[in-house]
Amino acid sequence: MTDQETPAHIQLGMTDEEYTGVTDLLGREPRPAELAMYSVMWSEHCSYKSSRIHLGRFNSHQPWVVVGPGENAGVVDLGDGWLAALRIESHNHPSFVEPHQGAATGVGGILRDIFTMGARPIGVWDAIRFGPLEDTRNRYLLEGVVSGIAGYGNAVGVPTLGGEVEFADRFSKNPLVNVMALGILRQDQLVLSAASGEGNIAILLGNATGKDGIGGASILASASFEEGDEEKRPSVQVGDPFEEKKLIEACLELYDKGLVVAIQDLGAAGISCATSETAGNGGMGMDVNIDAVHLREPGMTPGEILMSESQERMLAIVQPDNVDEVLSIASQWEIDASTIGSVTRGPELRVYSQGTLVAEVPAASLADDAPKYDRPSRRPGYLDEAWGREPQIPEHLDAAYVLGRLLDDPAIGDRSWISSQYDHMLFLNTVVEPGHDGSLLRIKGTEKGMAVSTDGDSLRTYLDPRRGAARIVFESALNVAVIGARPYALVDNLNFGNPENPEVMWQLIEAIEGMAWACEEIDVPVVGGNVSLYNQTDGTDIYPAPVVGMLGFCDPMPDQPPRLDRAEDGMSIWVIGQEPKGDFAASAYDRIINANLGGRPLDVDGDMARRVIAATATLAYEMPVLHDISTGGLAVALAEIAFKSGLGFTLDELPHRDLFDETPLRVIAVGPGHSLDTLVPHKRIGTFTGDVLDFSAAGSISLDDARTIWSNALPARMH
Amino acid sequence: MTTAVIVFPGTNCEQDTEYALNMVGLDAELVWHRDTDLSGADSVVLPGGFAHGDYLRTGAIARFSPIMKEVESLAATGVPVLGICNGFQILCEAGILGGALVANQDLKFICKPVTLRVESTDSVLTAAATVGQVLQIPLNSYEGNYITQDSPSHNGDDRVVLRYCDTDGSLTAAANPNGSTQAIAGIANSRGNVAGLMPHPERAIESILGSEDGRVLFESFAASVSSVTT
Repeated sequence: MTDQETPAHIQLGMTDEEYTGVTDLLGREPRPAELAMYSVMWSEHCSYKSSRIHLGRFNSHQPWVVVGPGENAGVVDLGDGWLAALRIESHNHPSFVEPHQGAATGVGGILRDIFTMGARPIGVWDAIRFGPLEDTRNRYLLEGVVSGIAGYGNAVGVPTLGGEVEFADRFSKNPLVNVMALGILRQDQLVLSAASGEGNIAILLGNATGKDGIGGASILASASFEEGDEEKRPSVQVGDPFEEKKLIEACLELYDKGLVVAIQDLGAAGISCATSETAGNGGMGMDVNIDAVHLREPGMTPGEILMSESQERMLAIVQPDNVDEVLSIASQWEIDASTIGSVTRGPELRVYSQGTLVAEVPAASLADDAPKYDRPSRRPGYLDEAWGREPQIPEHLDAAYVLGRLLDDPAIGDRSWISSQYDHMLFLNTVVEPGHDGSLLRIKGTEKGMAVSTDGDSLRTYLDPRRGAARIVFESALNVAVIGARPYALVDNLNFGNPENPEVMWQLIEAIEGMAWACEEIDVPVVGGNVSLYNQTDGTDIYPAPVVGMLGFCDPMPDQPPRLDRAEDGMSIWVIGQEPKGDFAASAYDRIINANLGGRPLDVDGDMARRVIAATATLAYEMPVLHDISTGGLAVALAEIAFKSGLGFTLDELPHRDLFDETPLRVIAVGPGHSLDTLVPHKRIGTFTGDVLDFSAAGSISLDDARTIWSNALPARMH
Repeated sequence: MTTAVIVFPGTNCEQDTEYALNMVGLDAELVWHRDTDLSGADSVVLPGGFAHGDYLRTGAIARFSPIMKEVESLAATGVPVLGICNGFQILCEAGILGGALVANQDLKFICKPVTLRVESTDSVLTAAATVGQVLQIPLNSYEGNYITQDSPSHNGDDRVVLRYCDTDGSLTAAANPNGSTQAIAGIANSRGNVAGLMPHPERAIESILGSEDGRVLFESFAASVSSVTT
């Protein structure tokens, strides 16, 4: 892969202009180690250089936001001294190159972002996207990603509580693996990354530094894929959940005892990033003795040590008086620690090796002076043609046939093949488990609850990035509302193609606009995010795939939160929210029955969204079952309740198309009696009873037959 | 006196187990694996997790942790000792209970509620239950497949106390989630003071978590502790 003729900065993924930027900044040619540091810190992955000017569109201000974007994780106030920390990250390219380790280290990395803030990680959610499972390689990727998340998450002792999965052709050579994590902490345990106090000591905790993952951020995560890129496998890090578990416990004890001034995890760009960010964020400098770093292998150059992305490492800034106690706690938890530097008045970050200065750069420049690009954008040419391919939906439908085809889709069928591989019960907080719209966690010792849903919809976003992205925000809000929580804070993961393609930039800018608008409509602050660009393989960009992770909050939590398995014989079925408007663009019906992707998704009414979400969260205190109507429409949503409750239903006569319509902002409510007390539009449409899914004139299918199809959809394809 | 909950590096169910023990009135104390003194304990629980990362083989390194000598000698004197999931694996690996746990039949991690049938009440784990009682308790393991070459009813000197069954209490192939020999989910030594099981009863102690069926097993353990010490 290397070439004697190619300049070093090009080999490291830097452009000539960026290299000139470095020489201008330093006033000289960079030393090799310095060039290595800038190449990683100024990479797309670390610097967000193509997206940064657009991310300011997100509003992160609400009174309950304690820490907004910019730190390792967003932090919100839950009252009574409780805080929650949340963050989402992608590990897309590593997971394509090596699915098990790629996904595993994605989990490890996001957990460090959470406990860096002082929080104990209590949950992980995974939003994953693959190509069709008919292709052996896609099955291999799904199998590997799930086993990687399970292998790491289960062993590190953090439950994986849900997520979502989507299959579409454009993810075949570029699967997406996004992982969200949530932590809780007491207010006085909050730790930030800004180093302070000249003379304070930098201690590197955890794993030994090796040659793994060198260039992961710059070479792997910030460039498109081409044939033969399996050679990049050495750039994928290897995860050790056991080391991380010990590191979590050790760090939490350090916070508990008030022994750290600041702390930063080592992720992309390793020591370069952690030292420069802690120093830079605090307006300080740092002197680093690279020889003190505990290494896994001999013969590493200073540049390699600085750039290594070896996992499970943290950099703690500690007052000199506390160093011995910190080292002793590390030893108690059986983790290695080395004193590698000290905080200086700055602003330089100076790195020494064998007594020689190998790097001397303004600490803040690595982060603050990174290039920002206002890349050109252009409305994609495909849009008009796609909008013209309107979904064709007959007036009369055989509901049994259509529903059967839909339930057999691996993204609609039972996903417990995935979730049963994850420990989703640890910590005894899980009140609503995977398999529902969102997951609900209690906070023991309080009446508070937290709900989380991750959502994405790449096909709808492809057809209209602004509307598609807005809709996933509202959907995630409804997904937490149906289990009793009001939407409280959001993190986003923007997965897009090559930003040097103006049509991709247009998708990105439109999607940001849609998400930002939707969040404002429902007063949800965006407290953090991640951008993953260059999701392009062999010249094909992925479908634009923004993913949101919504945190919902309730206090008190409903005594008996709605669940899909609580429908009982004779209970009424209502649909609340919008009237169906014939929204079939990017619907499951059009994709599966018509094999079409076309038409324009409907716009969403922000006022209606606010009302339906609020009404739903209120109903959650009394209704046994609430379920958001989304993929596959009313029929699929009702079938899911039927399967979980072990009960069929009979519906009143409805226009056939309404059964599969995906008009947003609609929720099924199931409960006793014949009237529903709510301020939003609602209509009673049937009753839960018997063992048949009876769609009146549109046909019927037995509960058992339908459930068999649904249960086998994913496992049958994975055998 | 307290119930010692042994914490190895990589153990992760210690706090959940402590929570459940407290609910049945036991005073739990977390004890680090490098400690060597259990003189303040009248009972011992080895909780679930991934001791030493389950590296090499599950329980293989943990059995050499300093505290295990003490656990072994307390077990021999009749003190109630319970191993849950990884704790069960460690007890088997240490030879305190017979048999071994290997990878699940389909080579996948399994986390889901299963139903268990109480086979014997002659143990600290099942004393307060009734034979034939069906309990819904979550399973959460990769190496949960119990193997033994001995007879199913009396596994060497040990006895079977819990088996995987369907919701009616029948032993069917479909109800055996991981391929365990004779659907064995939990066993006890001949004296009944040492017991181990793969499912996690501490995850089934409150209705809000989906089941309270694990409580009878903790109540059994609590009753055994008081009957030994009084």
